[in-house]
Amino acid sequence: MIRFLGHRLWQSIATLFAIITATFWIIQAAPGGPFQSERAISPHIREQMLAAYGLDRPAPEQYARYLGNLLRGDLGLTTKYEGWTVLEIIGSAFPISLQLGLLGMAFALAVGLPVGIIAAARRNSPADWVPMALSMIGICLPTFVMGPLLALGLGLKLNLFNVAGWYGWSDRVLPALTLGLYYSAYIARMTRAGMLEVLSRDFIRTARAKGASESSILLRHALKIGLTPVVAYLGPAMAGMITGSFVVENIFQVPGLGQHFVSAARNNDYTLLLGVTVFYATLLVAANVVVDLIQAWMNPRVRLES
Amino acid sequence: MRFSFVIACLGLAAAALSPPACERHDSRARRAARDGILLVGNGTEPKSLDPHIATGVTEHHLIMSLIEGLASEAPSGEDVVPGAAARWESNDTLDEWTFHLRPEGKWSNGDRVTAHDFVWAYRRILTPSLGGEYAAMLYLLKGAEAFNQGKSTDPESIGARAVDDLTLKLTLVGPTPYFPSMLTHYAWFPVHPPTILKHGRADTRASRWTHPGHFVGNGPFQLKTWRFKHMIEVERNPHYWDAANVKLNGIRFLPIDNIPAEERMFRDGQLHVTETVPLNKIEYWRDQQPESYYNNPYLAVYFYRFNVTRGPLRDKRVRHALSLAIDREAITRNITKAGQIPALSLTPPVAGYTGPDTVKYDPAEARRLLAEAGFSDPSSFKRIDILFNVSEAHKTIAEAIQQMWKKNLGIEVGLNSQDWGVYLDAQQRLDYDVSRAAWTADYPDPMTFLDMWTTGNGNNMTGWASPEFDALIAKARTVRDTADRFAVLRQAESLFLDDLPVIPLYVYVRNYLVSPMVTGWEPKLLDSRPWKHIGLRLDPAPSRTP
Repeated sequence: MIRFLGHRLWQSIATLFAIITATFWIIQAAPGGPFQSERAISPHIREQMLAAYGLDRPAPEQYARYLGNLLRGDLGLTTKYEGWTVLEIIGSAFPISLQLGLLGMAFALAVGLPVGIIAAARRNSPADWVPMALSMIGICLPTFVMGPLLALGLGLKLNLFNVAGWYGWSDRVLPALTLGLYYSAYIARMTRAGMLEVLSRDFIRTARAKGASESSILLRHALKIGLTPVVAYLGPAMAGMITGSFVVENIFQVPGLGQHFVSAARNNDYTLLLGVTVFYATLLVAANVVVDLIQAWMNPRVRLES
Repeated sequence: MRFSFVIACLGLAAAALSPPACERHDSRARRAARDGILLVGNGTEPKSLDPHIATGVTEHHLIMSLIEGLASEAPSGEDVVPGAAARWESNDTLDEWTFHLRPEGKWSNGDRVTAHDFVWAYRRILTPSLGGEYAAMLYLLKGAEAFNQGKSTDPESIGARAVDDLTLKLTLVGPTPYFPSMLTHYAWFPVHPPTILKHGRADTRASRWTHPGHFVGNGPFQLKTWRFKHMIEVERNPHYWDAANVKLNGIRFLPIDNIPAEERMFRDGQLHVTETVPLNKIEYWRDQQPESYYNNPYLAVYFYRFNVTRGPLRDKRVRHALSLAIDREAITRNITKAGQIPALSLTPPVAGYTGPDTVKYDPAEARRLLAEAGFSDPSSFKRIDILFNVSEAHKTIAEAIQQMWKKNLGIEVGLNSQDWGVYLDAQQRLDYDVSRAAWTADYPDPMTFLDMWTTGNGNNMTGWASPEFDALIAKARTVRDTADRFAVLRQAESLFLDDLPVIPLYVYVRNYLVSPMVTGWEPKLLDSRPWKHIGLRLDPAPSRTP
């Protein structure tokens, strides 16, 4: 187990290094710079602006300096929002995204798992067809359609929630619902597929032959193995959800981290873009390690394969 | 069975999470209005609250609430009224101005606002190492340009001097009758020197003096909270000289860049003022709720640049032909659709100035000019491209113009859509044929639309140069009388439109929503917001006369 963990950690660090390096040089190669304006900025002013952020240095020197600062935990200053550090921005946005992600994931699991299990247990009955058809719609409907629909329906028409904002607890419902619905549809389908595969195995037939009750077969014998694909999916899904969703945050005015991916790239905000990429990559890699561990615990075969 | 149980549980959970009916009944906007707090959709997160670093309308709205310049904007119209200065006078040649500050003027920490603060502020924005983008606004001051470009290192050489604590003498490069109207721009705003020096050097760009708890201003409001990408709240500044006449207790600025979401929030009673209106909702608000819908002219013009150094575009007959072949009415009526005004000149009517109005639609004349330029066979016209930055709106306009040129002149043009950075870069390097552009006035005077076309100006970007035009602009800077000055500027604009290095297309309008709860809201040509004159009331307002 220790060796397995050590190996995965080593892999993770190498992955992160590769991501940081690639991101840095891709940004360098992108056209334009962080200080762009429709109005001409006179060359001497632009030089001073670049110098203020060390962007006037040669790229290899910037890269070395960035890595050095990163090791000290310093992600630098953003070039777009003068006076804010990248860490401050991540620090203020991430707890919000984490909250939204956890709520969304809780909702996705609370809906997706039972629906998937029931659909597998009642295969080829309306309890299978109806939720599966709905989940297909859920997967196909992008969040930028679902979000405004929920805001119009539950917010403006039924007047249950505020259509946007991030103040009280009720403001969490619509974004979490929008984010969660999409994932719940995936989870339902994966749960159903995983369960069906397990339910056709010999040991289930043996359990049935020995007279185990249907619920005990489903929950005690089949569930742990049937959920392996879902658990594998949860790692990246969780990382994706807690680093936020640009679309959901944008629709509901949630001040989370997701929007920074898009806006930092659009603004050529080098440091912020690198910072959120490093942060997201770390989170994703960590989530994958955790998922590997859980899978190894759930299914001994995974350990052998690695 | 179990499935329906899950659904029931979810329903219950949703019901439990939703707030009690009474809370929803009273919208956020009503509750805020009761507390005297205005909720404003403010576009996007500001780049900076430092008046010497900021650029842009979002920042302008915020900074106007926090800092006051020598002159301030009148509640309505484009006039200026005394601000931090109680009065001012100029010499006969209008190139030396004396401002008398209010003895009761105070910073939000209680310190007195002095003439030295203004001198310090002007030196700061002009310091080359600060990299202030709007430093050029101060080039009107004698010696400012040389100092900003590092040709002089003596701050005393700048034409700003504190005669005593309350008297500020500004020496300009030439007569400037509209000088007070320029002072409402934040580039001319004062800053509190001790605060800035406490958090860094005078030229530290990424200083934290603008953060809540640090910020010291002299405006009607002071900074209360700044939650990044969430909201900025300002509250009444008790030290403001005219605090008794400030109507609001505070303003919350929300950075909402999703336009449909902003409109939904307004409908849901979460905002008093929006930044804009989605194009497909304009008709609804205009017809159904005219008391909330505002449509104001905005001092900005949409135009196409020609690269006059390239191919057939060197010939002014070709440029005229291309301009005459554009039906601007059709563009504003069918594409932009928000009430934009087809351009007749480059400069929109402003401060009593009207341009020569020679821009028109005349396909027959366009064909004649193109033939005269040697392209009687349109297929001999080398294909040119229209460059624009990626945007559905710019693309639709470019496509329409492509069609009009094809139909009216028989020539083929291509569309070249590029990312913002690439587009700006191509424009600056003159690596384009025709490029879309827009210009917003910095101050309400035709000069803001015209002096950018002088030879070598960084905003020219067409390759066009005319010594005659340069001479007229220089002459306009020496004329005292406004009518005479406008005559010179009109002469310059006539010359410009005769040579036509750009195609003016339309004048902008601003569309936005204002709740009937808001009082004292007056449209402004530069979309500025004199916050201290704006108030809130709860009882339904009598319907607004359009």
